[in-house]
Amino acid sequence: MEHHEIVIIGGGPAGLALALELHTLGLKDVVVLERELEAGGVPRHCGHFGFGIDNKNRFLTGPKFAIKLRELAEGLDIRTGTTVLEFTLRGTMRLHSASGISEMSATRIILATGTRESSRAARLIGGNRLSGVMNTGTFQQLVYIKHQKPFSNPVIIGSEWVSFSNLLTCRHAKIKPVCLITENANLDAPSYFGIGARLAFGVPTKRSTKLVSINGHEKVESVEVETNGHRETIACDGVIISGKFRSENALYSSGFIEQINTAPLTTESYRSSKPNIYAVGNVLGHLETAGACMLQGRKLAAMIATEFK
Amino acid sequence: MDKRFDIAVIGGGVVGLAILRRFAMSGLTCVLLEKGADILSGASKGNSALLHTGFDAPAKSLELQCMQAGYQEYFNIRQKLNLPLLETGALVIAWTQEESAALDGIVEKAHANSVSDVKRLTQTEIRIREPQISKSALGAVLVPGEHVIDPWSAPLAYAQQAIAHGAVILRNAEVTRVERANSDWRITSRSGDVLASTVINAAGLFGDKVEALAHESSFTIKPRKGQFVVFDKPAAKLARSIILPVPSEHTKGVVLFRTIFGNLAIGPTAEETEERTNPTTDSTTLEKLKSRAIEIVPALKDIDVTAIYAGLRPATERKDYIIEAHKVKNWISVAGIRSTGLTGSLGIAQHVVKLYAKHFGRLPKKLPEVIWTPVPNLAEQSIRPYMKGGEIICHCEWVTRGEIEAACQGPLPAGDLGGLKRRTRAMMGRCQGFYCGAEVTTLFEKAKHGTP
Ligand SMILES: Cc1cc2nc3c(=O)[nH]c(=O)nc-3n(C[C@H](O)[C@H](O)[C@H](O)COP(=O)(O)OP(=O)(O)OC[C@H]3O[C@@H](n4cnc5c(N)ncnc54)[C@H](O)[C@@H]3O)c2cc1C
Ligand SMILES: Cc1cc2nc3c(=O)[nH]c(=O)nc-3n(C[C@H](O)[C@H](O)[C@H](O)COP(=O)(O)OP(=O)(O)OC[C@H]3O[C@@H](n4cnc5c(N)ncnc54)[C@H](O)[C@@H]3O)c2cc1C
Repeated sequence: MEHHEIVIIGGGPAGLALALELHTLGLKDVVVLERELEAGGVPRHCGHFGFGIDNKNRFLTGPKFAIKLRELAEGLDIRTGTTVLEFTLRGTMRLHSASGISEMSATRIILATGTRESSRAARLIGGNRLSGVMNTGTFQQLVYIKHQKPFSNPVIIGSEWVSFSNLLTCRHAKIKPVCLITENANLDAPSYFGIGARLAFGVPTKRSTKLVSINGHEKVESVEVETNGHRETIACDGVIISGKFRSENALYSSGFIEQINTAPLTTESYRSSKPNIYAVGNVLGHLETAGACMLQGRKLAAMIATEFK
Repeated sequence: MDKRFDIAVIGGGVVGLAILRRFAMSGLTCVLLEKGADILSGASKGNSALLHTGFDAPAKSLELQCMQAGYQEYFNIRQKLNLPLLETGALVIAWTQEESAALDGIVEKAHANSVSDVKRLTQTEIRIREPQISKSALGAVLVPGEHVIDPWSAPLAYAQQAIAHGAVILRNAEVTRVERANSDWRITSRSGDVLASTVINAAGLFGDKVEALAHESSFTIKPRKGQFVVFDKPAAKLARSIILPVPSEHTKGVVLFRTIFGNLAIGPTAEETEERTNPTTDSTTLEKLKSRAIEIVPALKDIDVTAIYAGLRPATERKDYIIEAHKVKNWISVAGIRSTGLTGSLGIAQHVVKLYAKHFGRLPKKLPEVIWTPVPNLAEQSIRPYMKGGEIICHCEWVTRGEIEAACQGPLPAGDLGGLKRRTRAMMGRCQGFYCGAEVTTLFEKAKHGTP
């Protein structure tokens, strides 16, 4: 079985920055496993501005940022098209790649698998099952990568900063959102996001408002919402369900390491309940900027490097 | 000239498809007309996927007869069609003294229905078999023969086998008119007209409407909705058996069951509704189902919900299946296949072909050679395509590009995105399309229209 000193699962900003820094610090037996055909992680399909290497000068678009990151990481052992399917009982990794299934072991394993938004199902949002209901992730990919316009007047659910990032994506695709809806009395993002949404994009924000159901026949026709006990139907042709990020936990959700709110339970030095397993970046459960995830990766690299001295 | 067939089946649900298969394999020329863009657009789209023994079915009913015949045939053909079987067994659990008192009656009834391996379990036996079940279980009945199957691959296999025996399946073909044309039926659909000597009405939730095209319907469909909540994969190891409640006078109650795809689900509710298509879910009911699941298996409280869905049972004012031949008119109604049709379909098909032979026409003496059309395996417990390599597109369910492309081709390609999901599992996992939704949709559009 193939064995390595360090295996990093996930080639997003956190995993790549970690690999890069380990390399700089002189550790050579480091492999990055990435299930997509190219490394770069989520920024690859965030076509808007707001990304900066190491969180500096955040003027790059996501795809440009991802290209830059891949350039920096050139020459490292990055295996794309390789999925870690699961951990075996012996603690090795079962892998899938174009040629089939294999197994790999490592002295240290780092989880850098990122985060995703919770789905409509996980939020138990009722109504009809229709096309035109999607997360920010799918919406961005459709617009920026597939150049499609899935709807014209959607309602956006959530008030985290990614919720507002949808406004940029909408503008890019000439889509005019009807409104932004949040269950909370205050926005999750800083309040100037709400003011900006109204003034710069003409999109009002409805607070303390819960999505009750999504209705329509083949496509979305309306949503029913409830504000302080008062119900209202809002016409729209799509729904973007954003935010409520949760750790991409498939690899450890069956109890391989201890968890807190579905994210790995870690010490300050990113160590999990198993001493040779670490977790870094958005897999820790919060949505940080890509640059912040890079910085976490670099920090962890320095800590691991000292263990080798 | 319109094309002429011996048999026209109206409705491409599991029942219509099983009937089509049996007629085609008997050597008759057959056509099936389905309203939806794909097969399984009605009741057969969302069910619990349990293969029932009939242990609790009404004694001597047609339903019991068809279920037991269907169960047997499923076992006989499943390997040749590559259809999976997850051998779970079921436990009917009593949670109150009153329910405990009913357990012996359940065993007696099962034995009377010739399901003779059904027996009582003690509290200790329950603990050993199901260590994760709430300690408040008082007693149980074990039904070893209740199992879990793949609700979509089975009817797809029936459809493909029918096609291999010469049957024609027309989709986007809502039947809007039927009339006598000499000794045939002329059937007008949105995909053109066909002539057939005998019509089988298997229109499920629209059975009464299709019946009314020919004559006054003797039954009315009263749809009964069932909602479900599906938990993420780690939940599957928390229950080995299907967990059934003791039925009360009013309801059969909700079931906790593993799925063939490696999840654990709870449902269905039983709600009278006016809806005949596109059943809605509602948050209040979903919350209740989730809480009930956690009551039964407390460890579920830490596990995410992967999916929610609802299905519609084509119930009627009558309790039993309605399978009737209208003698002078060469018309067979197959209706009210309410809540056991996935199991019963193969048995219903045997029964319908017998009715046909008795009333309308002889079957060819010489049977055509049997052709088997195995379907790709989607079940978690057997070898899946990704294990041989390829590029994974859906990272939650490990669905490959090759599988998605194959499902868009062949004799019965996916007719809509739902059909593609049912053929591959793509987008049905925990992220519900967050990662692969855009790619899968584009692949489908490309296959369908040649361009994205
Ligand atoms: C809509 C949206 C807008 C955003 N806007 C901005 C912005 O303007 N500015 C900014 O700085 N940040 C932004 N972000 C945040 C930024 O994208 C994330 O902080 C960053 O991508 C997190 O990096 P990561 O490496 O932790 O995870 P990810 O980028 O998610 O990378 C994880 C990688 O792991 C891989 N992986 C997962 N599981 C496996 C497995 N089992 N086997 C192999 N590989 C696996 C994945 O394919 C992925 O490539 C945005 C995020 C979203 C969703
Ligand atoms: C919640 C729930 C749980 C269930 N659980 C189980 C279970 O665990 N085990 C089990 O064995 N069974 C189960 N069932 C029962 C099973 O799903 C049904 O009995 C079965 O699907 C009925 O199939 P059908 O072919 O009669 O109807 P349908 O699937 O409704 O098929 C009828 C078809 O006819 C088409 N149609 C309608 N009108 C027209 C027209 N005018 N022209 C052309 N086509 C038309 C429709 O589009 C539809 O595709 C369950 C059902 C539900 C709802």
